[in-house]
Amino acid sequence: MITIRRKKGLILAHSTDDASVTRRDFIYVASGTMAALGAAAAVWPLIDQMNPSADTLALKEIEVDLASIVPGQQITVEWRKKPVFIRRRTPDEIKQAEETPLDELKDPQADSARVQKPEWLIVVAICTHLGCIPSKDMKGEYGGWLCPCHGSQYDTSGRIRKGPAPNNLAVPAYKFLSDTKVQIG
Amino acid sequence: MHGEYRYEPKNGFMKWLDSRLPIMRLLDESVLQFPTPKNLNYWFTFGGILTFMLAVQIVTGIVLAMHYVPQETMAFDSVEHIMRDVNYGWLLRYAHSNGASMFFVAVYVHIFRGLYYGSYKAPREVLWILGVIIYLLMMATGFLGYTLPWGQMSFWGATVITNFFSAIPVVGDAVTQWLWGSFAVDNSTLQRFFSLHYLLPFVIAGVVVLHIWALHVPGNNNPLGIDVKGPQDTVPFHPYYTVKDGFALAVFVLFFAALVFFAPNLLGNPDNFVPANRLVTPMHIVPEWYYLPFYAILRSVPSKLLGVILLFGGILVWAFLPWLDTSYVRSARFRPIFRQLFWVFGVVCIGLGWCGAQTPDHVIVDLGPNMTAINAAVDHATKAGKTPEEIAAVQKSAEASERVTFAVVDLSRILTIAYFAFFFPGLFLLGWVETPLPLPESISKAVLGTRGGAASGGRPLEQRG
Ligand code: HEM
Ligand code: FES
Repeated sequence: MITIRRKKGLILAHSTDDASVTRRDFIYVASGTMAALGAAAAVWPLIDQMNPSADTLALKEIEVDLASIVPGQQITVEWRKKPVFIRRRTPDEIKQAEETPLDELKDPQADSARVQKPEWLIVVAICTHLGCIPSKDMKGEYGGWLCPCHGSQYDTSGRIRKGPAPNNLAVPAYKFLSDTKVQIG
Repeated sequence: MHGEYRYEPKNGFMKWLDSRLPIMRLLDESVLQFPTPKNLNYWFTFGGILTFMLAVQIVTGIVLAMHYVPQETMAFDSVEHIMRDVNYGWLLRYAHSNGASMFFVAVYVHIFRGLYYGSYKAPREVLWILGVIIYLLMMATGFLGYTLPWGQMSFWGATVITNFFSAIPVVGDAVTQWLWGSFAVDNSTLQRFFSLHYLLPFVIAGVVVLHIWALHVPGNNNPLGIDVKGPQDTVPFHPYYTVKDGFALAVFVLFFAALVFFAPNLLGNPDNFVPANRLVTPMHIVPEWYYLPFYAILRSVPSKLLGVILLFGGILVWAFLPWLDTSYVRSARFRPIFRQLFWVFGVVCIGLGWCGAQTPDHVIVDLGPNMTAINAAVDHATKAGKTPEEIAAVQKSAEASERVTFAVVDLSRILTIAYFAFFFPGLFLLGWVETPLPLPESISKAVLGTRGGAASGGRPLEQRG
């Protein structure tokens, strides 16, 4: 019979004749703990299978040719299943974006932190409220986009100005490969 | 509240079966002979109607699943294939899509019935909470199902609703990507939604069993809201209520059939005839009608997190109703103030539903020009040293655009406040200040008039016209 006695004042488990905690109690707690750990380990694959799969994660960068876009025009491209706006801003729009005082903004960020070249605004076209695509045709009061779903309004830097959306339109990672070619992702 | 009645097996085989699997005993004692208050009205038939509708959804759903393909490039076409090529496919699909609406009609009547007659009060709190859980599961199931045809409204409805979870601080984005299995609503989302849409109705069926179990411990509430005092207050469920429920069901199915055969797309959205397109959001996203009041609550708040919290809060508050309502009287018949508030609350809910269907900036009343804004614009132009002609032009354009209005979002805000105020502090305080009317002594005395109980002169129920 194994008895686990007090060692240096630390109670590991008591033998039957020692006190009320028995070897049986120890086995009970130990096996219960193992079963719980085993169940948790078995549940994890069931949960994790729902995360984006390897082929989805493998969707990476795209290249876009900008040559045909004239000032004031905007195109929508698909990157990682998401729409992305590429807008060639007019000098007016750039001026408006740059001159907006930061304290008027809900999610303060300078225009210069959102663009690499002032002429090109590249943002993920997903409203930070509940995921609709903001519309360029309905510019809203700030000259940028108005989201048709719940009325969020963005300015010419894609920053949130009015409505329920909490954040500015996200800027994806991108780099210019040449003057007329950009790689997103 | 089982009466004295006990099942007696009639023959040798039944005795043999009863001592091995007392299933006929269960059926007889807890359905057929179940003692049920004498005075249930037609508002109490909706439980049976709901059970029927669940069965309709499961049966039509299982056969639809034999033809439907949960795959992003094929889902839309497979639904069209069901509509055009599958024998009676149009009927099965219209029965299923309109069945969902009728299911929600029934559940709303059922819930408001419970509210009116105080069916949530002790000892029926657990029964009530199980009902709220069923309702939540129904909402989830309906939402998942609406995604399956993979039209524009399916796709964008799924996008907006799954994005609710992105409002969770810190882990929100990880949770939504986990739900989608991608960076946006995608094929992976469609496939899991189909799997869950198949599963949840059976979970509902399981919770319905618990709901009925919890019903059979205290027994039915009734329009008077007073307790059953003895056998003179009850009749056996069969044939009295099987027939009453059956009649109500027949009338209900008449409406269901009218919808399926004469107006199958009345409650649908034309945008769902357009295949899903992840690069175009429809101009006006509206959920199915049964979610509209909550959608209006969501949109009434200019903060994302708070909007989502209020939306879920608006549903969860129902679960706390047994403790928010402090009156000891159950039925609204004896609560003069509550009875009026009940109808006000009903109008508030319908009003929210109307708001949910409009665009938020839709103007309800135009209160005239906004002088402050117009004056500010003119001042600004004057200070900038503009010519009088230019200033006049500024004034003109400001007069056209700057108006004081009462728009849908303003109405939604008022109604959202009213919605929550009904529960708290409304019902909470009302219990303390309201003087209830005198309660009848018993159900049988009340149904038989003042001439006395069943023992003294009232006509037996069987003979009443
Ligand atoms: C609580 C019960 C249920 C509710 C409230 C419900 C609701 C819905 C709704 C609203 C739709 C979209 C209808 C449309 O616009 O076309 C749908 C579609 C569908 N449901 Fe269900 N459903 C239920 C049970 C089931 C079950 C048990 C199955 C079995 C697999 C099922 C299978 C399907 C299929 C295959 C579709 C796609 C075909 C179609 O769009 O008509 N449903 N459901
Ligand atoms: S999704 Fe854009 S405002 Fe709600």
